[in-house]
Amino acid sequence: MQADTIFPVGTYGYQQVDLDFLNERAAQFRDQVARRLSGDLSEDEFKPLRLMNGLYLQLHAYMLRVAIPYGVLSAAQLRRLARIARIYDRGYGHFTTRQNIQFNWIKLEGAPDILAELAEVGMHAIQTSGNCIRNITSDEFAGAAADELLDPRVHAEILRQWSTLHPEFSFLPRKFKFAISGSPHDRVAARFHDIGLIAKPGADGAVGFEVFAGGGLGRTPAIGMKLREWLPEHELLAYMEAILRVYNAYGRRDNLYKARIKILAQALGRDAFAEKVEAEFAAIPKERYRLGPEIVEAIRARFGQPHFDAPDDAPARLSDDRRRDHGFDLWVRTNSHPHRAAGYISVVISLKPNGGIPGDASAMQMDAIADLAERFSSGEIRVTHLQNLVLGHVRQDELYTLWQALGPLGLATPNRGLITDIVCCPGLDYCALANARSIPISQRISERFADVELQQQIGSLRINISGCINACGHHHNADIGILGVDKKGEEFFQLTFGGRGEEDAAIGQIIGTALPESEAVNVISRVIDTYLARRVQNERFRDTYRRLGATFFKEAAYAVN
Amino acid sequence: MPLIECGRIVSDPWQQLGDDAALPSGPCILSLSRLQQDEAVQNASHLGLGVALPVDQPAEVLAPYLERLALVAVNFPTFRDGRGFTQARSLREHLAFSGEIRATGNILPDQYAFLLRCGITTVEIKDGADPAAWQNEADRFSFTYQPSVLKEPVLSGLRRTIRFGVPRNTYSQLIGK
Repeated sequence: MQADTIFPVGTYGYQQVDLDFLNERAAQFRDQVARRLSGDLSEDEFKPLRLMNGLYLQLHAYMLRVAIPYGVLSAAQLRRLARIARIYDRGYGHFTTRQNIQFNWIKLEGAPDILAELAEVGMHAIQTSGNCIRNITSDEFAGAAADELLDPRVHAEILRQWSTLHPEFSFLPRKFKFAISGSPHDRVAARFHDIGLIAKPGADGAVGFEVFAGGGLGRTPAIGMKLREWLPEHELLAYMEAILRVYNAYGRRDNLYKARIKILAQALGRDAFAEKVEAEFAAIPKERYRLGPEIVEAIRARFGQPHFDAPDDAPARLSDDRRRDHGFDLWVRTNSHPHRAAGYISVVISLKPNGGIPGDASAMQMDAIADLAERFSSGEIRVTHLQNLVLGHVRQDELYTLWQALGPLGLATPNRGLITDIVCCPGLDYCALANARSIPISQRISERFADVELQQQIGSLRINISGCINACGHHHNADIGILGVDKKGEEFFQLTFGGRGEEDAAIGQIIGTALPESEAVNVISRVIDTYLARRVQNERFRDTYRRLGATFFKEAAYAVN
Repeated sequence: MPLIECGRIVSDPWQQLGDDAALPSGPCILSLSRLQQDEAVQNASHLGLGVALPVDQPAEVLAPYLERLALVAVNFPTFRDGRGFTQARSLREHLAFSGEIRATGNILPDQYAFLLRCGITTVEIKDGADPAAWQNEADRFSFTYQPSVLKEPVLSGLRRTIRFGVPRNTYSQLIGK
């Protein structure tokens, strides 16, 4: 990428110094790999260094996780990911629940070349693993959604920069995840992150943040505690420093499974935890850590803005197209989101084809999406935490043409937010931590409910699948959560129901024993049948579940005939 | 063990003192408990007094003694345990300690810039370790994206210029005092 030219839409345009920094970083990693290959570094010493660059050793190969800050990619960046998939991997990549992409078949010797290729387009794998501040995730409809109060991506970029190679917080007790939203409709699961921020406007154009800390999923799911109703923008970094310092000093280091900030926050209790944070915050020299409006504006100025030029009749033409083509209408109904600008719309490109692997995209698909993004959506692509892609700024009168182009690519599945829009971790097919394969059961469910009309009839419903207790598939906060467990060497699946990730965050409950794959799919079918039989009018699954209760569903679904 | 300061091997005048050992005439590093309990130590008027801050103690426990201390050693039981970074930063930022902060334990050259930017001045490295690796890491990056106790000059936006490579001798020179 050429620096200091036209800025990419929706993401930060790197300056030459930023690109130099990535090159320095890539060179550092090339050194480290050379020291590992020559034996100067032991695997134990190399491990934290490779993890700081997103390189994991998995079951069959190295896996490289590339950061996609706040989930936004330019077309050039997506093409580069396609190239990496083609040259260094097996022709595909896997988009993750943290808006990153993973390449699963990497050779250690090739990893430095990949980082150098990424640096050329302003990308990296810094802090995509290890006990440090990870990729800052954000709303996939940021800067586009009609309901948004504030585009959170400028502050996500500020947090990304601030947390990059942070001297004090690169060896925390455990990993640390931020999410930031600018909409009152929380699409980032802010309450399920180590720190969750809701950006909002105040009086006189002021910007502030609602601050949650201590949320998380994994072994001990916890809903974040609200530390501040309103944190002024200029104190954002000082306050984040305060939370991280308390965590770094007092977080547990004796037990990997009790090392996240949520455990510290719960052990202290909300008030004592908040008191420690506020005491540290009070002691911090505010001027040194001040985030002045001039810094915010300088960073904002390097974000490209979409140019809106839809004709007045764009909505009418979209309506005509929908009337003419039922398949298109179905897709628009589920896979679009209202845009703030007249005549525009955001669309979700489902990476959940019938029977496919959730979140996977081939190099060919990535290249094609990059082309379509340039043609239809200001060259901007977003990755969602539900493992789909979004084109944020599409003219309504061009949507039909876009949809026609997506179909032959296998990218027009009309299932966003429906039962086959499954979130799924890589599971035992790849992951060294997994207890069970999560991909096959997601494929079985996808096949079972493949009928589009049936999916529409079932309506809004989220299934999340994790192959182990670490919960990368976020099974706790789905309507139906599936957790892979190991029972004496056999793969079993524990179901949870009633989880929610948004403003009304809730952790799913277990209502029956773990089951083998086919039985688990049957139980889900019976739960859905029960819901369809008992729902009142257009009641959503989650509401019916809440109304009838866990016991009712347990009896209906787990009843042995 | 060799001692690194600003990327160079320097001589180490400090002596580790056991809890029962008699006070020497030269500078010595004591345990926190001896510092807290031994009045003779607190009243000793010889030049250098240092303390080894246990990794599970906040820097604030040293507040009553800081005027007497010329050195605080922070420990890294493993290179993955980053509490020493926060201890050092607290010493500089909250307690305005301007003496030597020494990193001991298990540290990698790759962490050197982090150590310096948290206010650590000297590092005990393994016998036989190559000081060039440390020098390389200190010179690796020319700027950084966040403020630190070194009060680096602003380059632009959040960026600060860092330059550790030039040999300097003391913390006060490093922060430009």
